[in-house]
Amino acid sequence: MKRVVVTGLGCVSPVGNDVNTFWQNLIAGKHGFGEITKFDASDLKTKIAAEVKDFHPEDSIEKTAIRKTDLFAQYALAAAAQAIEDSHILNQVEPNRFGVYVGSGVGGISTFLTETEKMLTKGPQRISPFFIPMMIANMASASIAMKYNAQGPNLPIVSACATSTHTIGEAFRAIKYGYADAIVAGGAEASINPLALGGFINCMALSTTNDPDNSSIPFDKRRDGFVLGEGAGIIILEAYEHALKRNARIYCEISGYGNTCDAYHMTAPHPEAAGAIEMIRLAVEESSQSPSSADVGESLYINPHGTSTPLNDKSETLAIKAVFGEMAYRIPISSTKSMTGHMLGAAGGVEAIATVKALETGIIPPTIGYKEPDPDCDLDYVPNTARNHDIDKALSISLGFGGHNAGIVLNKLAQ
Amino acid sequence: MLDKITQIVNDYTSNQELDITEQTTFADLALDSLDTVELLMKIEEEFSVRIEMSEDIKSVGDLIKIIESAQ
Repeated sequence: MKRVVVTGLGCVSPVGNDVNTFWQNLIAGKHGFGEITKFDASDLKTKIAAEVKDFHPEDSIEKTAIRKTDLFAQYALAAAAQAIEDSHILNQVEPNRFGVYVGSGVGGISTFLTETEKMLTKGPQRISPFFIPMMIANMASASIAMKYNAQGPNLPIVSACATSTHTIGEAFRAIKYGYADAIVAGGAEASINPLALGGFINCMALSTTNDPDNSSIPFDKRRDGFVLGEGAGIIILEAYEHALKRNARIYCEISGYGNTCDAYHMTAPHPEAAGAIEMIRLAVEESSQSPSSADVGESLYINPHGTSTPLNDKSETLAIKAVFGEMAYRIPISSTKSMTGHMLGAAGGVEAIATVKALETGIIPPTIGYKEPDPDCDLDYVPNTARNHDIDKALSISLGFGGHNAGIVLNKLAQ
Repeated sequence: MLDKITQIVNDYTSNQELDITEQTTFADLALDSLDTVELLMKIEEEFSVRIEMSEDIKSVGDLIKIIESAQ
């Protein structure tokens, strides 16, 4: 069994298109919400989103390839370019030992919309030959592999909002058990269009408050749904020995992964949070950290799923308390979705980055917009301002439609 | 017709420098099979013709023959 470390980070997000800007905005408590600019949303109940701003695909994608690449894959390629540059891994790993695990919740849903309109107005013979290759959710992973000649294991997971915590967890396992030396892992999403917005609104997942400062307010009693975000979060996982041998900069270790399913409902979490509890227990157990260990509450940070939907935040709080007992009240827990919105299949990726940065800097990003406590959510959510707090380990949780539960444990590398 | 096709190809490839003759193949233009289908769809619109996609259409000359017989 190999130890696994993080050696590179890259992101495109509503609060910054590089890791430094993203992190500075998170710890400054700045959100990325605003009125939707990508299309006219005046007919929709939700008119705000967390859009990526000032994105320049030509920085990381060949000009002729841009129009053949859906925006979700463009975000993935841009974030992967940053992470790979940050890790200096290129030409330092055998192509057949270099993998890519980059997923997406809904893939090329804007391409899907454009081509469906073409089919309805001009007929099926006008559908672009690039429709299928642009739309399928595995194409980000394939495009990254093509660009960097990564011929090793490639696994684009689709598990809704849990996607990129699953990709990171599975990549961790693949390296741990010797199937690869390094893997580009994470997720990407670009679904801010009327089709996806309308669908999320009608399944009652989105906030309809339309006030950028009071919409994505995880764990607050007034919360009424999430705000749709977009972007990509990608990290480089690498075998510890491999990273040491090439003198790589090591951010932290990844030591545990949990993966369960509620097997209960398409969108609602299990009422007793059974699946989430077992997932957290498994992740913590694999990281060789007993949940009852006395110092867990002092040194652990949790980046929860924390979507700002009434059901999620309540049941997630329940799960954390069930696993950690009284200690749960001493664990700082902050939802960075209060600033990034819900980036769906990219959420776990950017939240893993926030978690790595919290371990690295000893600064815990806040849950902003928090005003009114909810008796069902009575833990320490690090309200409104960042906190200096040294942590040794951290748990990043993602829970997806379909009852998918994923969690990873990261820790400082023991010297 | 060659001028018009040259212009469409130049627009499609975002490259105004291409020296296109009837002998030029899509492979010369670095267009793969998916690019070629998309290019033919643009040409269909431009010339108001229906072109049956075929592996035999390999060069600009092949394309001109097909368009002329379809018009």
